[in-house]
Amino acid sequence: MTMPDTSAIRALVQQHKRYDKMFAILGLLCLLVGLFTLLALLVDMGIRGVPRIDWGFFTEFPSRRAANAGILSAWVGSALVMLVTAAAAIPVGVAAGVYLEEYAGKNWFTDIIEINISNLAGVPSIVYGLLALGLFVYQFNLGQSILSAGLALALLILPVIIVATREAIRAIPSQIREGAYALGATRWQTVHDHILPYSTSGILTGVIIGMARAIGETAPIITIGALTFIAFLPPAPFSGNPPAGLFDWLFSPFTVMPIQMFNWTSRPEEAFQINAAAAGFVLVFMTLGMNGLAIWLRYRLRKNLKW
Amino acid sequence: MIAAVTSARLAKRRSRHVKELVIEMLLLGAALVAVLTTLGIVYVLFKESWEFFKHVPLKDFLFDTQWTPLFDDAHFGIIVLLSGTLTSSLVALAVAIPLGTIIAIYLSEFASPRVREVCKPVLEMLSGVPTIVYGYFALLFVSPILQWLIPSMPGFSLLSAGLVMGIMIVPYVASLSEDAMRAVPMALREGAYAMGSTRYQTAVKVVFPAAFSGVAAAYILGISRAVGETMILAVAAGMQPNLTFNPLEPAATITAYIVQVALGDLPHGSIGYQTIFAAGLTLFLVTLSFNILGYFLRKRYREAY
Amino acid sequence: MVIPMPNATPQPAQASSIKAEIRDFNFFYGNFQALKNINMGIEEGKVTALIGPSGCGKSTYLRCFNRMHDLYPGNRYEGQIVFYPDNTNLLAADVDPIEVRMRVGMVFQKPNPFPKSIFENVAYGLRVRGESRRSVLEEKVEQALHGAALWNEAKDRLHEPAYNLSGGQQQRLCIARCLATDPEMILFDEPTSALDPIATASIEELIDTLRGKVTILIVTHSMQQAARVSDFTAYMYLGEMIEYGKTDDIFVKPRDKRTEDYITGKFG
Repeated sequence: MTMPDTSAIRALVQQHKRYDKMFAILGLLCLLVGLFTLLALLVDMGIRGVPRIDWGFFTEFPSRRAANAGILSAWVGSALVMLVTAAAAIPVGVAAGVYLEEYAGKNWFTDIIEINISNLAGVPSIVYGLLALGLFVYQFNLGQSILSAGLALALLILPVIIVATREAIRAIPSQIREGAYALGATRWQTVHDHILPYSTSGILTGVIIGMARAIGETAPIITIGALTFIAFLPPAPFSGNPPAGLFDWLFSPFTVMPIQMFNWTSRPEEAFQINAAAAGFVLVFMTLGMNGLAIWLRYRLRKNLKW
Repeated sequence: MIAAVTSARLAKRRSRHVKELVIEMLLLGAALVAVLTTLGIVYVLFKESWEFFKHVPLKDFLFDTQWTPLFDDAHFGIIVLLSGTLTSSLVALAVAIPLGTIIAIYLSEFASPRVREVCKPVLEMLSGVPTIVYGYFALLFVSPILQWLIPSMPGFSLLSAGLVMGIMIVPYVASLSEDAMRAVPMALREGAYAMGSTRYQTAVKVVFPAAFSGVAAAYILGISRAVGETMILAVAAGMQPNLTFNPLEPAATITAYIVQVALGDLPHGSIGYQTIFAAGLTLFLVTLSFNILGYFLRKRYREAY
Repeated sequence: MVIPMPNATPQPAQASSIKAEIRDFNFFYGNFQALKNINMGIEEGKVTALIGPSGCGKSTYLRCFNRMHDLYPGNRYEGQIVFYPDNTNLLAADVDPIEVRMRVGMVFQKPNPFPKSIFENVAYGLRVRGESRRSVLEEKVEQALHGAALWNEAKDRLHEPAYNLSGGQQQRLCIARCLATDPEMILFDEPTSALDPIATASIEELIDTLRGKVTILIVTHSMQQAARVSDFTAYMYLGEMIEYGKTDDIFVKPRDKRTEDYITGKFG
């Protein structure tokens, strides 16, 4: 037999592997661009904003004097809006997910629902703001209030929760379901006693991610008409004179953290930009913290899954 | 005795049946909320736009080159806002598509499982940063740097907002493209490796073409995100409507305009109020078309495997 | 840069030469030893079949010859697979798996054509080797398709997608893809198990025509196929090479009782 040209093969392979290595380096560089941006963002806001954060920052209202301004009305507003969002989105989202996985048949009707969910996930958040403005604020007369904002955000994160619920339910092996049915359980009993408990951590992960998204949303809330300068808190039930009703806070004007940051960012004075950095740091801390929690939960989940 | 037990069982069964039906209806109602939301969006947008188009002819809306809805001599040319949206989106995609694709190929074909486990959460965090924070970053970090590089650069520009928007979109493009590439069966890769290919050759000549419809769906999603983005542009691109395709200038996008109006005090029912719905309808139709395209592309790549 | 292809003209049957010598070869998936102490010599230009019951390690063994296991973490080779005439141990740490794969081709159990045209599928190996001249590619693609008995069926649709071909045609395309690069050895991993009997017969005919031009190692779950197609047969069981010899000898008078039990169908 003839001698194959091994040295030529070797040279060719070395040349190709050089391109291989160059691409690998390029890939890493691109990843680093993303990482660097994240770090630059955090460090810049941290350096400018963290020194500004003190107890007063959280307990003061915004003010025309930057040094005295705080985020009290903003974070309270955010918390209350999140309450409404959670109360609306979680039951509806989980119920919808359960329906689609356990009850729905494969027909055109289900297809329509699924197409809608998939489409809504891609609708820009400001359109949700327009929906809330036209429908909740004016048509249903809920006003430019915490209730309208909470409902708008609930609709916004609904697809996230539905998808998370469906994936958590799909991870349950069919043997478990069949075992329950074989013992004579009804569909609801199977869902209530088995499906929901076993999918709770997956659903929880989705809820956390959804809420993290909702906290950071600005556009829909501005569109509803949340004011940017609020120096009072929504009335707590039974407080004040005459005493506020149980649900008066739902209909109160309000502001939220991202809007406060937006307001301060738009001011040219350096002192307000520092406030913006501080507010941004708090906001990012909360959202990244929640996202990190969700990722950690998902990781723990995967390790513990012993079917 | 047996008859009593049986009839008791039958009665229980009937009430259980009713209970199951009621629960199923409730769950169905929850699922229908998604459909109702879409209907609500369509209703609100069309209703207000209908009022708008009673005063403003469609021809003017589409072809006028000025957008000055609040002046006495009002003009309603949507092209002005569309130019801002288009330019900023192009800048963003010029960043997001190359970066996102390279990252996706790297994570799918080159990176070890441990690198992937570290990088995917980092990318998820990048997409979890609120857009107002990105807006702050664009205005107060990126713009000054750009001004230092290009002395004639204004403080507000589509370039600054577009670049940051691009970085924000990278995780979406990368994650979806990577999913599409991982779905390509190992048998195809083995065929390429068996012929003496390197990872780069296999990735670029075999895996990427095979995953293309999924990758295209990822690109379409990126486009949709860029077009719909609001806060980064509201903060960093300025809110002056400006018919331009030059990213070095400030301009308003459809989304920034809606924010600007909402920040002001427009009475319900005025023409100014209606403009945001007409603008919103345009935005909705544009993103809807992209979403539908992306949906079909995603279905196609899923069916292929 | 283009590498010159080795000239493999058929030699008359004389002193048969060894193409590959396997010495004290062991293979581990993590901690599990899948192949134990294999020693054999593979003759050049001949067809060698690997038979044995499911799980005996024949596919694992085959995939060592082009270092496919390197693609997955946790695998370990021990021993040597030495290629002649250059006396290279294919498993050496300083030998790049890609180099090995440029000399050894593989045809898989399920046809896996690339999502490209028929022409581009066959040309792929040439492009990877640096050949981009249109005239050379066209000539070699035609040669390869002739060699795989696919030219007549494919010549009018060279630029159509490969997925339009039938299962048997796709497998012949994968063989043509291999042939285009003039490999020294071709590994066939149960190449007809996913095909109907007519396609199977055409592949077996094809292997017959390749005898003398290229060294062939074929894994097959069908003893009849081994008897039809191969010059040498190796019987493997639980990772060990039980018996190896001329196909006629193995099937007519096997020396080991275990071989005899398998061949006479005492177990599957």
